[in-house]
Amino acid sequence: MNQNQNFTTDKGLTAKHICKYFGEVKALDDVTLNVAPGEFFTLLGPSGCGKTTLLRIIAGLELADSGQIFTGGKDITRLPAIKRQVNTVFQSYALFPHLTVYENVAFGLRSRKFHDAEIKKRVNRRLEMLDLSSMAQRHPHQLSGGQKQRVALARALVNEPDVLLLDEPMSALDARLRAQVQEDLRRLQRKLGRTFILVTHDQAEALVCSDRLAVMRQGRIVQCGTPEEVYDDPRDSFVAKFLGAANLIPCTKAPGGVQTAFGFLALEKDPSWQEGTVAIRPEWIGIGDKEPERNGIRARVTEIVYRGSNFDLWLEPGPLRVRTSSYRRIDPGREVWLELAPKELVILEDEAR
Amino acid sequence: MRRNHPVIIAISYLTIAFLYLPLAGVAVFSVNAARRGLVWKGFSLKWYLKLFENEWILEAAWNTLLLAVISTIIATILGTILAIAMDRFPWRSRTSNFLDIILHIPVVIPDIILAASLVVAFGLLRLASSLFEPGLLNMIIGHITFQIAFVALVVRSRLVAIGREVEEAARDLFATNWYLLRKVILPLLMPGIIAGAMLAFTLSLDDFVISFFTAGPESQTLPLFIFAAVRRGVTPQIHALSTLIMLVTVVLVVLTERLTRHR
Repeated sequence: MNQNQNFTTDKGLTAKHICKYFGEVKALDDVTLNVAPGEFFTLLGPSGCGKTTLLRIIAGLELADSGQIFTGGKDITRLPAIKRQVNTVFQSYALFPHLTVYENVAFGLRSRKFHDAEIKKRVNRRLEMLDLSSMAQRHPHQLSGGQKQRVALARALVNEPDVLLLDEPMSALDARLRAQVQEDLRRLQRKLGRTFILVTHDQAEALVCSDRLAVMRQGRIVQCGTPEEVYDDPRDSFVAKFLGAANLIPCTKAPGGVQTAFGFLALEKDPSWQEGTVAIRPEWIGIGDKEPERNGIRARVTEIVYRGSNFDLWLEPGPLRVRTSSYRRIDPGREVWLELAPKELVILEDEAR
Repeated sequence: MRRNHPVIIAISYLTIAFLYLPLAGVAVFSVNAARRGLVWKGFSLKWYLKLFENEWILEAAWNTLLLAVISTIIATILGTILAIAMDRFPWRSRTSNFLDIILHIPVVIPDIILAASLVVAFGLLRLASSLFEPGLLNMIIGHITFQIAFVALVVRSRLVAIGREVEEAARDLFATNWYLLRKVILPLLMPGIIAGAMLAFTLSLDDFVISFFTAGPESQTLPLFIFAAVRRGVTPQIHALSTLIMLVTVVLVVLTERLTRHR
């Protein structure tokens, strides 16, 4: 077995045309996915979108009705969980309550009959890495949420899996701790160089952690790409709204741009539809006292929301949400010029219904 | 703290008195020196000593214990297996409901019905083998039939409480079925198994109806002995015997509580 802690795996994961039904319900609808070796990949979507089902199929806890799964080029579609070099961090951690932290982490090695000396070496290394050495003899009920989560992580990583699966591992943590754990997890994954697949409904988590992410909806992958790609260029209104905040503006095609409720907006390219939606992120809208050269809208501030590092403004007509980049306070009732620059406007694929 | 209404307090005390006064009476008369009647003639343990000189009683006690231990061990093993099978096997929901009803029937059915049906069953079995003459074997089988349901119910509620996620975690960590059972399910289930076994044991200890219908001449148990003796008149010896059985039951209940409370 490999001795080097900074071992970089050459095992990625490929899922081809995965379908899964629960009775009449189609939980996964022809999902195809390619995760590169050593990549931190996130499946993002609302509850019931099939992301956890996909994770369970990869783990071998559920069988796909059709499709194939490969790790490192090897077909594992029909292998049971105990034969897969894939380990999981469960949502509620699922630690063994009757075992100490040490024995929890050692479980996967003991079940495969490793020698005690090897078990000791590996377990202690993981406990140290995750700052758990002082808790080795405690039981799960004596640990805080964050500690439990690290034990679950150590218990999975000690097996040196080709792919580590994480099923909403931070949903039980409070918001402040969560932000820190997200960064820690990212750092850990970089250090280990292993393939991680994270399932979450938290868009901030997906943006912080992932090399690439896939947005899922109703058993399908809607869009897949780096966080920047997906955030900057959402494919449709679902993605635009799910990942960050977005102003969705219904419109109809006009020469050189679109016609909206507050006038003509120039675009960089022509939309493929006659009637549809363009989107713009609140922080991409310029705000000023002078009329901009193009795509200017005269608007009145109706409400301001203080966000610590900036303000969110709500304006009419619209309503449009604008995120200021500074502490500049603009009181409700004031009239300003907004600039919806053509390069910031995203043409969404979904046509108007 | 909120004070309770006097009526509620009075009812509480009356209920406790209603439940425990007869039992306390038995205990008191078991240490009364008087041979008969309700007159107090001083403290004495002679009835207890006499118990241990009575061969009939010692034999009945031995039979009771043997019956309870053997039937409890078998019923606990079968009941635990049944509970695991019912909860973890992917039954269809209709089958599952059906099994559920079947499991509850021995708990709610009157003992006398079960006893009568056992008589019929053993009568038929006797046609095949003389093993099924009334006696200890029949009693053991009879006790197991009603104990299994109690064990399975207690164990299953524990199984439900454990949930399936730890099982999936164990599978994810390369545990075979056998390893999973030995290292995860059984240790986590143990408080439930102990509670179920204790319940089965106490039920067997003081069972009268099933024993009465299945016992043979050689397999007198304490409840049967007490019944027969009381028909000839209640003696202080019976009080002493009843008090001892009560004490054993209390100890078992406390032990169960102790063993299952933690974890």
